[in-house]
Amino acid sequence: MQYFSDAIQSLKTVFIGMKVTFKHLFVPSVTIQYPDIRLALPERERNRLYVNMDDCIGCDQCARACPVNCITIETVKSLPEEDLGKTSNGKRKALWVTQFDIDFAKCCYCQLCVFPCPTECIYMTDVFEFSEFERNDLNFSFVTLTPEEITQKKENFAKMEAEKARLKAEQAAQKAEAAAKAAAEKKSTDQSEKEDK
Amino acid sequence: MIYDFLFKLTGSEIWAVIIQSFFPLFLFILPFALFAVWLERKVSAHMQDRLGPMRVGYHGALQTIADILKLLQKEDIIASENDKPLFNLAPIIVFVGSYAVFAAIPFSGAYIGSEIDLGLFFIIAVSGLVVAGILMAGWSSNNKYSLLGAMRSVAQIISYEIPTIIVVLTIVMITGTLSLYKLSELQSGHLWNWMIFGGPGSDLHKFLFIPFMFIGFIVLYISTLAEVNRTPFDIPEAESELVAGYHTEYSGMKFAMFFLAEYANMFAVSAIVAAVFFGGYQSPFGYLGNTLHIPWLIPVEQFFWFTAKGLFFVFVQMWLRWTLPRLRVDQLMAVCWKYLIPISFVNLIIVGLISVL
Repeated sequence: MQYFSDAIQSLKTVFIGMKVTFKHLFVPSVTIQYPDIRLALPERERNRLYVNMDDCIGCDQCARACPVNCITIETVKSLPEEDLGKTSNGKRKALWVTQFDIDFAKCCYCQLCVFPCPTECIYMTDVFEFSEFERNDLNFSFVTLTPEEITQKKENFAKMEAEKARLKAEQAAQKAEAAAKAAAEKKSTDQSEKEDK
Repeated sequence: MIYDFLFKLTGSEIWAVIIQSFFPLFLFILPFALFAVWLERKVSAHMQDRLGPMRVGYHGALQTIADILKLLQKEDIIASENDKPLFNLAPIIVFVGSYAVFAAIPFSGAYIGSEIDLGLFFIIAVSGLVVAGILMAGWSSNNKYSLLGAMRSVAQIISYEIPTIIVVLTIVMITGTLSLYKLSELQSGHLWNWMIFGGPGSDLHKFLFIPFMFIGFIVLYISTLAEVNRTPFDIPEAESELVAGYHTEYSGMKFAMFFLAEYANMFAVSAIVAAVFFGGYQSPFGYLGNTLHIPWLIPVEQFFWFTAKGLFFVFVQMWLRWTLPRLRVDQLMAVCWKYLIPISFVNLIIVGLISVL
């Protein structure tokens, strides 16, 4: 009797299983057709960084905060007569940013560079698909200046420095001359005083 | 009928025979395999609340064609330690075994590849050839997993042929014919005349047959499922144990041959179940061609019904695949020798006694 009940039991359980799977045939699928349909990302997601160069003052704080040193910043001082404009929160820009590279091959997406920024110009975007075939292609440059402009700015700065140095030297020379004159005058007055005596 | 038509068309017996014998391959097996692979992936996906292939064509309809193109381009790898002649021959034998079955399958009243009186006998005998091909594949691969898979497959197919034959014998005992054409014609008329409902006629015998026909159907379905190595009886291929079983070492087109043979076999056994118990190519309600007086519509309708029944049982095979876990080897043998064979044998004796009454 055990034999028949076993056979019937096994057949019954097969039908129970088939009922379950048949029901699932009509359950809406949980698949998301990814490139066509994208789910909203979480509120504080950390993806690729973006730098708004209009607001960047070149303060280097993000590069110093970076734990993996993936941000490289190079700046050049502007000439006094040049007006670089102001950032969106009213800070005066004084430096030409000639290099602002972020190497996403190194970036660990820790977001530590975002907090120290005084103008909030470096922030996380929602772009997370940026694979490349070459590692160098992951080194993103955010500089808005053209290479010619960069060399020009550098030359300007060098000229200004040279000018300053020249002025300084001139001033020093003048000072020295003046000092010499004064010394000479003093001598002469001393001598006349002596003669007076 | 098709043969006469082709004979008239070509004027040569040889061409007529050749064209006729390629019909099932190009008009049926290949399109069916393409469709069935897609269906299998879709059914499995939806049963697991997934979507399955969605990219190539509408809902992935052309996915299998893309896969076939990929398989055609693949390198045909033959390992150095293989037994090369056997290794190359094995997929051909497996495919020939499953293709030859289609010769006797009654697609419709107008088209049966070979209308032989021993149709059922022929099908069971020829499908035994697959065993030789599988064993050759496993042996010549010179790979422990392949050999193990092949050995399991042979043990399984040979064991499960016995309940299949006994159930078929039960039907043959009632109908008195081994010809699939005659068997299908016997079940003509209406749903009620199908063998699962006791066959034609309306005497007491018919009603006494019904429960035993259901038992016979279940036994036949389980054993044919095991014969084509489908889950839950897929221990020869058991991907979690044996890599891929007997076709582990095959790649490219030879692998595709095994694949095609597997799907052709799936339809073949479903067709046998349909032909033996579910009226073969007969419509369950009567024919539109009869009511509209269009005689040529009837074979087309018959083909439709036969394919529909076959496809339904193929679908049930897929359904079972995603329902049941794989059996252990000892459980597999226990199901066959302790349950299916005694039950089918007792069934045979009871049906015999009833038909003597």
